[in-house]
Amino acid sequence: MEIQFRHDIEKVLEEAKDQKKPVILDFSAAPM
Amino acid sequence: MWPDERVARFVVENFIPARVHVKDDADAYKKYGALYAAQWTPTVLELDPAGIERHRIEGFLPTDDFLAQLMLGRARIDFQGQKWQEAEKMFRRVYEELAATDAAPEALYWMGVTRYKASGDPIALKETARAFSTRYSDTGWAKKSSVWA
Repeated sequence: MEIQFRHDIEKVLEEAKDQKKPVILDFSAAPM
Repeated sequence: MWPDERVARFVVENFIPARVHVKDDADAYKKYGALYAAQWTPTVLELDPAGIERHRIEGFLPTDDFLAQLMLGRARIDFQGQKWQEAEKMFRRVYEELAATDAAPEALYWMGVTRYKASGDPIALKETARAFSTRYSDTGWAKKSSVWA
């Protein structure tokens, strides 16, 4: 299983509210 | 940390995963780095559905410790939402399944608080203090619970 991180943060925060689901927000400097 | 199967499964089952790369997402980092005061990487935030930070992990951790911190944060989100049963269950998982991590004594402490919140019965706090007398007695969480003995 691979985590599909999203980068559209504003939309993620909106969806979290709508879906009542928590968010993991990873601030990273690792090579992508 | 992230590629570990247990971590990936836990994240996918419990969160919407999002990432801000400090260089590749420079505009987003400027905005959300300031909003959440993320000044170092890696910084992993666990946000409740309203976008409020409930748990913060700064710096690298070995996989078990990282997973335990993720679980601790998920439990704190349920705790803040007064979902006592769900919160206690997740705190207990940290305490029982990842007992060697730094998160375990913190989970034991909050497990006791959650049981008290759910029941109103101070015996939950007394039992927690008693548990700290035999385990994790040299931790700050044992000190915090000592007032309940």
